[in-house]
Amino acid sequence: MINSAAAKVKVDPRDAKLSMAHFFVAFSALALGGLMGLLQTLVRSGKWELPWGIDYYQILTVHGVLMGLVLTTFFIMGFQYAAVSRTTGGHSNAARRTGWIGFWVMLIGTLMAATMVLLKEASVLYTFYAPLKAHWIFYLGLTFVVVGSWLDGAAQIMTYARWRKNNPGQPSPLLSFMAVINTVMWIVATLGVAATVLFQLLPWSLGLVDTVDVLVSRTLFWYFGHPLVYFWLLPAYMCWYAIIPKIIGGKIFSDSLARLSFILFLLFSIPVGFHHQLTEPGIDPAWKFFQVILTFMVVIPSLMTAFSLFATFERYGRSKGATGLFGWFKVLPWNDARFTVPFIGMASFIPAGAGGIINASNQMDQVVHNTIWVTGHFHLTAATSVVLTFFGISYWLIPHLTGRKLTKAMNKLGIIQAWVWFIGMAFMSGAMHIQGLLGGPRRSAFSTYGGAKQAAEWIPYQIAQAVGGSILFLGIILVLIIFVNLAFFAPKGEEEFPVAEAENLEEKAPMVFENWKLWLGITAALILFAYTIPFIDIIQNAPPGSKGFQTWGKW
Amino acid sequence: MHMHKFEKIWLTFGISCLVIFLAVVGVSAFYLGNKPPSCLTTVNPEKVDQTKPFNKPGLHKVDGKDWEYELVYVASAFSYNPAKVEVPLGAKVKVIATTKDVIHGFEVAGTNINMMLEPGYVSEYTTTFDKAGEFLIVCNEYCGAGHHLMSSMIEVVK
Amino acid sequence: MAKAELKTKHKTEVEDSSSLKGTLASVFLLGAFIIVTWISVYYLFVERF
Repeated sequence: MINSAAAKVKVDPRDAKLSMAHFFVAFSALALGGLMGLLQTLVRSGKWELPWGIDYYQILTVHGVLMGLVLTTFFIMGFQYAAVSRTTGGHSNAARRTGWIGFWVMLIGTLMAATMVLLKEASVLYTFYAPLKAHWIFYLGLTFVVVGSWLDGAAQIMTYARWRKNNPGQPSPLLSFMAVINTVMWIVATLGVAATVLFQLLPWSLGLVDTVDVLVSRTLFWYFGHPLVYFWLLPAYMCWYAIIPKIIGGKIFSDSLARLSFILFLLFSIPVGFHHQLTEPGIDPAWKFFQVILTFMVVIPSLMTAFSLFATFERYGRSKGATGLFGWFKVLPWNDARFTVPFIGMASFIPAGAGGIINASNQMDQVVHNTIWVTGHFHLTAATSVVLTFFGISYWLIPHLTGRKLTKAMNKLGIIQAWVWFIGMAFMSGAMHIQGLLGGPRRSAFSTYGGAKQAAEWIPYQIAQAVGGSILFLGIILVLIIFVNLAFFAPKGEEEFPVAEAENLEEKAPMVFENWKLWLGITAALILFAYTIPFIDIIQNAPPGSKGFQTWGKW
Repeated sequence: MHMHKFEKIWLTFGISCLVIFLAVVGVSAFYLGNKPPSCLTTVNPEKVDQTKPFNKPGLHKVDGKDWEYELVYVASAFSYNPAKVEVPLGAKVKVIATTKDVIHGFEVAGTNINMMLEPGYVSEYTTTFDKAGEFLIVCNEYCGAGHHLMSSMIEVVK
Repeated sequence: MAKAELKTKHKTEVEDSSSLKGTLASVFLLGAFIIVTWISVYYLFVERF
């Protein structure tokens, strides 16, 4: 009785509208960004050239910005906004208004930045490294996206704070707690990129100052750039921890340990940016190694997550009578796209995470830094584990928000899409990993490098990437079909927003987990410890700054 | 908060592995001379061509140092100077490089020589060229329209 | 009160150990994958100049 009542709990229709707005932007970004990705692989196969004067590095910028910044941020905010609404009973009018303002500011910023890229005024890739100097409207657009995201996130925090006030002494609903951790982590992280854009790149691109301190800018960017990827990952973990168990008919293995893992992510995702700067001059190797140690600490909550997820599946399987060491694996609901699609994402995280540990291993990074191995790595982590999970979420969330049902046909198509994606990614990311080990650089248009023997060895892998990329683009078309169907055409009905329950309802999470002063205090302390001295050194030993350069192709 | 015995076993094993990895790379870096390239020397990016050693790019024999040669590169959009160099097999060489304009990569394919060149900074890496053959240097950090056309060649000869 | 708690804890403990063997095996397979891939790239680093 209680179960069916819980299953009928819905996201408030007014909140649903704001969430769906985010998803329309996210899937539009996926469509255009995906097309860019396909074109890139075709160019790099050596068999095709871009038409109409379009430049490779221009479409690479579009691909990175749309996939890595727009698709992700909009989807995540839309999902988290809905999850908080679902589990707290709904946002207040003030929170909703704040969310809408944030959405529009983000969208305007996106359009500003995108326009500059189309005009060839900002072919600077999604990392926009100085002293490449884009048009100031590009940087202002990015500023709007960041500030808009703060407002968007504030809506979640406001509603969480109201729930806490109305429920003293109670641990907050797990999904809301996790959403707020992720939003707080995002806000702390974006302070870095906001600082470099506001205080360095905007004045510089406006002509108010002549030069920019390149290493300071990069260090502020990567202070942001690493937690950025955890901002992407944590919503997938939210699905795996707090939604998937309900979908399969099981329970959360440990609600407390799930919360603890998220707190560990908050603490250790940020003070680690140097592992993206391991081969850079100007940074003391001792501080690089210290941040490598902190990076390895952030592996621990993922090790915990792996255990929790396997345990959830095994507990469920054995409760259904499965025996033997792995018998539980067979009885999982493989015909349910809401489970299978995220599961393929989970499985992909095994090679994805392994690659990440290698990348972070101090001098071992020299084997792979800026080779296309790195591109292979993040197409496993972000573009498979996270994105497939997001697709899997969409299959129940979109119909839930639009008052429709996930039909058998769309469910089947969803599973097919995930396998198409997996096969395409196996070709593309697999070939990227190997080509990277052979020295093939990333972020590069087609080249034979003057006929060098080593470069010739790379070409077959680029062909494989084009094969993979083409298959992936088919996958993009399939998921867009499903999205449009579920948003506009699927039959009306009620699609559940599954929220899992803990296995042990008596074991309430310790209230100390909701002690924000404590956790933010430790977060700040770790950041200060990891960055203060090296950052002061970077500023004090700075060489003369750099003037701007626009070394890319123009119209 | 209760943790299952198996999870304790798993985390103990997992964390131990991480500690061992860190110990291996840490010892290798700080005691066996394998720190990642982290030169702290600065240079005026507008005066590179006039600043030692960049006023004389190429391979130079040196005396009284721990290394036998210095191999000096100046990178700019979109080339490396020198474009070609021969290095004797078995030579211990300190590679020294910088950029005159934007950030470039300096990756010698098939080797551990892989460093970022950033305006205002000198990048260094010392290693013994103990394999014969042709080694392509590629720019692996986006630097503009000619990024994929930027390369150089090292031939390690007996 | 405490004794009853101890008893249930022991019971769940015994039940626990036999029913999470697959999980332990799975994470150790994951661990093995991490170790093998890490050592392979470390070997590349040591072998290259």
